[in-house]
Amino acid sequence: MTLEATGPGDGEPILRLRGIGKQFGAVTALEDIELDVHAGEVVALVGDNGAGKSTLVKVLAGVHQPTSGTIEYLGRQVTLDTPGKALEMGIATVFQDLALCENLDVVANLFLGHEISPWRMDEVQMEVRAWTLLQELAARIPSVREPIASLSGGQRQTVAIARSLLLDPHIIMLDEPTAALGVAQTAEVLNLIERVRDRGHGVILISHNMEDVRAVADRIVVLRLGKNNGVYTADTSHQELVSAITGASENSVSRRAARKLEEVGEDK
Amino acid sequence: MTQDTQKSAPGLQLDRADTRVRHDAGLSGALRGFVDQVRSGDLGMLPVVIGLLFISTVFSALNPVFLAPNNLVNLLFDAAAVGLIALGVVCVLLLGEIDLSIGSMSGLASAITGVLWVNSGLPLPIAILAVLLTGALVGLVYGYLRNQFEMPSFVATLAGLLALLGLQLYILGPTGSINMPFTSPLVRFGQILIMPAWLSYLLAIAPGALLVYGGMRRNQQRSAANLSSQGMSVVITKAIFLTVALVFAVYYLEQGRGVPWMFGVFVLLVLILNYALTRTKWGRSMFAVGGNAEAARRSGINVKRIRLTAFVACSTFAALGGVFAAARLASASQQAGTGDVNLNAIAAAVIGGTSLFGGRGSAWSALLGVLVIMAISNGLTLLNLSSSLRYMITGGVLAIAVIVDSLARRSRASHGRA
Ligand SMILES: Nc1ncnc2c1ncn2[C@@H]1O[C@H](COP(=O)(O)OP(=O)(O)OP(=O)(O)O)[C@@H](O)[C@H]1O
Ligand SMILES: [Mg+2]
Repeated sequence: MTLEATGPGDGEPILRLRGIGKQFGAVTALEDIELDVHAGEVVALVGDNGAGKSTLVKVLAGVHQPTSGTIEYLGRQVTLDTPGKALEMGIATVFQDLALCENLDVVANLFLGHEISPWRMDEVQMEVRAWTLLQELAARIPSVREPIASLSGGQRQTVAIARSLLLDPHIIMLDEPTAALGVAQTAEVLNLIERVRDRGHGVILISHNMEDVRAVADRIVVLRLGKNNGVYTADTSHQELVSAITGASENSVSRRAARKLEEVGEDK
Repeated sequence: MTQDTQKSAPGLQLDRADTRVRHDAGLSGALRGFVDQVRSGDLGMLPVVIGLLFISTVFSALNPVFLAPNNLVNLLFDAAAVGLIALGVVCVLLLGEIDLSIGSMSGLASAITGVLWVNSGLPLPIAILAVLLTGALVGLVYGYLRNQFEMPSFVATLAGLLALLGLQLYILGPTGSINMPFTSPLVRFGQILIMPAWLSYLLAIAPGALLVYGGMRRNQQRSAANLSSQGMSVVITKAIFLTVALVFAVYYLEQGRGVPWMFGVFVLLVLILNYALTRTKWGRSMFAVGGNAEAARRSGINVKRIRLTAFVACSTFAALGGVFAAARLASASQQAGTGDVNLNAIAAAVIGGTSLFGGRGSAWSALLGVLVIMAISNGLTLLNLSSSLRYMITGGVLAIAVIVDSLARRSRASHGRA
């Protein structure tokens, strides 16, 4: 069942993808993808491993070039040929692999490529801004002057998220941002996503955690084997989402659920 | 919510909210922090300082002339040219690249200087400008090959080593050697010119004073921004040690001829590169590209341009080093830049603490490393050892430096310091 966008997603479209395809040699990672993101809307992108979610995000971040299709951003057709260009236009990304420089400290990573006063870097101002951003995320980071290599996985993830907020982007893409986060930090990230949305920005959230997705998403876009497989809302039943993701109503998830149900029944 | 109290606990400095971290305060704290750092494999300048002390002890025991003031003055004269080349090597090593043609580049540079200035009679500044432009051009070619064809830099520069050497031999022609007039400013700069004593002393005091001034300013700014600041005791102690050491060094050299201008110019360039690497966006980008090029690219850094600047800086420094070497020898010959020049410059950078693996290092490593290398070569010459032995020993020292670098890297990885 496919639903049209309703509710807060009615703002003007910031991003409009038409017929996006991406080929890695013989592998077709994306094929004919359509995706709209409106101002003040959280779009969740879900799909199984290898469905092409990260590839789509990288195309939008300027990391990969699409083999076909068009990208319309703020009403104009654009080519995102470098990551720098995407950032400049206000498209910020938290990559699945985080893309941090382990040899640099937290402040340097946050401001990488966007240092305050490039000819005489203002370390104090950068450090203050870094702490402010990190505290917004309820980050637990002992020191912003330690190299990234000494941080835990979740702390690194927080740094990557903080970095994406630095430039006050129009649209922010989070590729599994909460995968390594603790309970409180996950809640803060979900709060943050809502705050960003309320400021009128667009958010693309990729997550395998359906609870998180349902909690914040206005629309849920399902990718399957590199193709669109329907658009749903947070009210869609779990069952229905799972079958859209896996491609069959009879799948390993439903079989497992049924088995559990049986076991419980036998116990009684 | 506990978090919120933590977030905005009044009176707490921004960076002191986490109680799990031991904040080293004062002198003993700084010392403890340093020991921790070394233990985890972040050796910094330590191997070099130990190396220098060890070398001086051994050589002065074998031949007391080693520590004679005038011998040290000569050592500084000799160090400037290789030091400049090592400064360029730092730039490429920071990216995890290498330039093996620096020796040939410096040889070519001295040949061009000889041909344009002595043979063709062009004004010296124009000849030097032409040399620097040649250096920059060679660096552009290496950068282009690396960026466009993903040619590993050691292959491209190995090809360059031979090509530049060929060019050097070609432009020197059949005579093979050009002598430079002893009374000319260039040769005087390379052999005689010494800073006035007052200037040397002033320059010896300046770093300590700047350290204290900078520390005070930083503390002011940090406390104004509600950030914790390091106590002044550490800064002042450092400044005192530095000033005593430098003033003693200058005093000792003044017992001989004094501090060569040539060495002064080299140190000035070290300071400039140090500023560029630590305080500018370009320097930050260099470290980022050396640490994780893909992450740097995704942060919007133009990785190719950074690579290009590094190769250009390296070749240009090597070219200037070639001019210095010509000044020192008062000639441009077929032998210039051959032999151990390549190895000495790379060894100097690595011994000084710049990693071969990219992303770690500093301009200071060229200065400290070249002192070690030159001390070894000078000491061995004083012992009348043939160059065959000198080559073997310098090669061994480079191997040790690389082993230290690799072990330190492994230790840092296991201590989470990248
Ligand atoms: N650089 C690349 N070169 C070749 N193939 C690639 C590349 N990047 C991705 N692919 C392929 O594209 C497909 C989609 O990968 P992608 O990383 O987008 O999946 P994903 O939906 O993010 O999966 P996950 O949930 O595991 O993160 C996979 O089949 C993968 O093998
Ligand atoms: Mg992915």
